[in-house]
Amino acid sequence: MARLSGLQREVLKLYRACIRTVKTKPVDSREHWRSYIREEFEKHRELPKKSFNVIEHLIRTGHRKFEMYSNPQIKDIH
Amino acid sequence: MFRSLLRQQTTVQTGFRGMATAAAQTQRIKKFQVYRWNPDTPEIEPKMKTYEVDLNHCGPMVLDAILKIKNEQDPTLTFRRSCREGICGSCAMNIGGTNTLACLCRIDTDTSKDLKIYPLPHMFVVRDLVPDLTHFYKQYKSIQPYLQRDTLPADGRENLQSIEDRAKLDGLYECILCACCSTSCPSYWWNQQQYLGPAVLMQAYRWLIDSRDEASKIRKEMLQNSMSLYRCHTIMNCARTCPKGLNPGKAIAEIKKQLAFD
Repeated sequence: MARLSGLQREVLKLYRACIRTVKTKPVDSREHWRSYIREEFEKHRELPKKSFNVIEHLIRTGHRKFEMYSNPQIKDIH
Repeated sequence: MFRSLLRQQTTVQTGFRGMATAAAQTQRIKKFQVYRWNPDTPEIEPKMKTYEVDLNHCGPMVLDAILKIKNEQDPTLTFRRSCREGICGSCAMNIGGTNTLACLCRIDTDTSKDLKIYPLPHMFVVRDLVPDLTHFYKQYKSIQPYLQRDTLPADGRENLQSIEDRAKLDGLYECILCACCSTSCPSYWWNQQQYLGPAVLMQAYRWLIDSRDEASKIRKEMLQNSMSLYRCHTIMNCARTCPKGLNPGKAIAEIKKQLAFD
């Protein structure tokens, strides 16, 4: 696999962190979480990798959403 | 507070009485250039959109104008507003190059010039004129802006304060945390993560000198490092821009003076 840029690594880091946090959710809602996370990342799959500003913004909002949803009181999604 | 009101009254142009005499006058079209950016389509660059407003059919303040634009021309224009009288601090934005409250800022009646409206500088934008103030509020929370006491009040009911002690809080407690001063400070632009910024430091000072508060030692210790407080280089943009006429720069200088003796 080609060497990833810093930005790409950051995106992957966020994705992995999200997927890991799914383990803290109740068992029967985990599938919903996984598909939701996947969906959110897929939305911007077509984004050209040179649009740094946009990617940085998406990472920022992604982190904010991640922080919000990692709250253990939020049990399920959709 | 009074001072700022008086200052503004001197700039009122005589002979123009707003809507009352509007019908007889000719149209006075003023152009407003407003910063637009939509988070739903992040790949589209932010741009300035121009709106035309007839000042004869519009209130005197910038907030009236952007409300009129939102009502009549473009309902997608997004901004925060609430009290429309300068007490809530929601409508802080960069108008004509200065951070101020849209509800306290008069529209310049010179129609030959466009008025440019941006969100607060150097903050992440949520949408159009709405900045992300999460970090600002986190910093405010970090100075513990509440009364801390170990002892109960003498009469078991209220923490009393002498008139002189209360007078020390004047010019500090009026702050509405609109973030105009913090976002006008170059030092805060470059060191937003560590430097607390004028608005928060002024509140830190407000709690430091409160005669009822007993945690001033801990409060001082929290500020005693190179970043939180000492990034203030007395640029004084804060005092110049404050829409309430307060002076955060002076408050920061007072904290520095107190810390110098520790």
